[in-house]
Amino acid sequence: MSLKKTPLYDVHLKYKGKIVDYGGWELPVQYEGIKKEHNMVREKAGLFDVSHMGEIEVTGENASQFLQYLLTNDISKMSDNQIIYSFMCYPHGGVVDDLLVYKYSNTHYLLVVNAANVDKDREWLEDNLIEGVEIKNLSDDYALIAIQGPLAEDILQKTTTADLQAIKPFTFNQAVNIAGKNCLVSRTGYTGEDGFEIYLAPDDAILVWEDIMQKGGEDIKPAGLGARDSLRLEAKLPLYGQEITADITPLEAKLGFAVKLDKDDFIGKAVLLKQKENNIARTLVEFEMIGKGIPRSQYEVAKDGEIIGLVTSGLLAPTLQKNLGLALIKKEFDKVGEPIEIIIRGKSVNARIVENSFYNRKKN
Amino acid sequence: MNTPDDLFYTQNHEWIKVEDDKAYLGITDYAQYNLGDIVFVELPELDIQVEMEEAIAVVESVKAVSSIYAPISGTILEVNEELEDAPELLNEDPYENHIAIISLDDDSELDELMSATDYDAYCAKLDKE
Repeated sequence: MSLKKTPLYDVHLKYKGKIVDYGGWELPVQYEGIKKEHNMVREKAGLFDVSHMGEIEVTGENASQFLQYLLTNDISKMSDNQIIYSFMCYPHGGVVDDLLVYKYSNTHYLLVVNAANVDKDREWLEDNLIEGVEIKNLSDDYALIAIQGPLAEDILQKTTTADLQAIKPFTFNQAVNIAGKNCLVSRTGYTGEDGFEIYLAPDDAILVWEDIMQKGGEDIKPAGLGARDSLRLEAKLPLYGQEITADITPLEAKLGFAVKLDKDDFIGKAVLLKQKENNIARTLVEFEMIGKGIPRSQYEVAKDGEIIGLVTSGLLAPTLQKNLGLALIKKEFDKVGEPIEIIIRGKSVNARIVENSFYNRKKN
Repeated sequence: MNTPDDLFYTQNHEWIKVEDDKAYLGITDYAQYNLGDIVFVELPELDIQVEMEEAIAVVESVKAVSSIYAPISGTILEVNEELEDAPELLNEDPYENHIAIISLDDDSELDELMSATDYDAYCAKLDKE
């Protein structure tokens, strides 16, 4: 299978992006360096090409009812132009995907899903389809650019007459004119910083990207997938395939804020309700390394010689300068301060369970 | 890419610089560029006997974990502890900052390593793939 290129591929070459195969997409893992790009987003602003993300449109008179049954969050409480984060679960409570729901109206929604899951999600939606609902995969119709960082609003405002301040977190405006091109702009992101995501026609992507780069001047730099991952993890944002999977439920991952067990029946509800009532066998914890070493996904977690779980993600957090990780472990050990060990290349390295030690821009 | 002429190179992107009966060991410019920001170095154990191509150390970038293999057999005579606090030195100048010094016990092993010209050709081929 040949690799897919996003509409911004030529721009990545121009800015000397180091192109890698990312789930079948040719995308830049970095330009000048992951740490530099990470810091730029925390201090000023970074520009990301996330056009590989999938967009699935759900329309029809029964669209709201349909999504309310397929998703764990409460769609009925959404206003037009609002966005919510939700899971789509299997009957056993495992996660098909985590996604953003953009609501245009009661009969028109856009689901923004993980690139690697587009086909699986579309099939799942179609398998559960009801009358009065239509599903369309629009992934090829959209380029997606994310501008993230404390200066994101100032910079983007220089490119448009639309009032960006009016776009509150988790809302969108579908008629923002940037460089003469019509864009949907939402105040969302995956970095732990303020910022926007810009959905636009593939043919307009380069023009809009370059306009933002030019208006941003010294205050903005392109940022690659490497920084995207270190930023999301440092801010403790979950990644599908690591913190949540078909085998890890949202409650095990402690993401119950997007699971509304008090709404009407939805796929996975029975199992999730039981998990909530009867407690769960394993939970996701934050930990910090005490000994030397960087925790990595799939390293084993031990306690007194017994394996009690696995690391889901870990890194040397560039902003916090700490070796931090997330691990799914047996619930009985989920206590703040609990000493645990991470098995790094056959050696047991000391760590301890912590809380609220990841990046939070309001607190830090 | 920088590839000094007076070094020997491996397919795993290590270099060695021979001085009498010992060899300085490091990673190449190609390696550091492709790894990206290096954030952690696990140095070899001092005084142990290692075999050619045995994994003896680890270099970690933000994204990846890479093993360092012994280019020759010998004893680890010295490790560069400076890298523990400043792993980024491997990005800044991979040839001025060695990882360890190994005793050169068997000169004939050098025949199995690449010259600078051969290594450049090897990397050019990798980039084409």
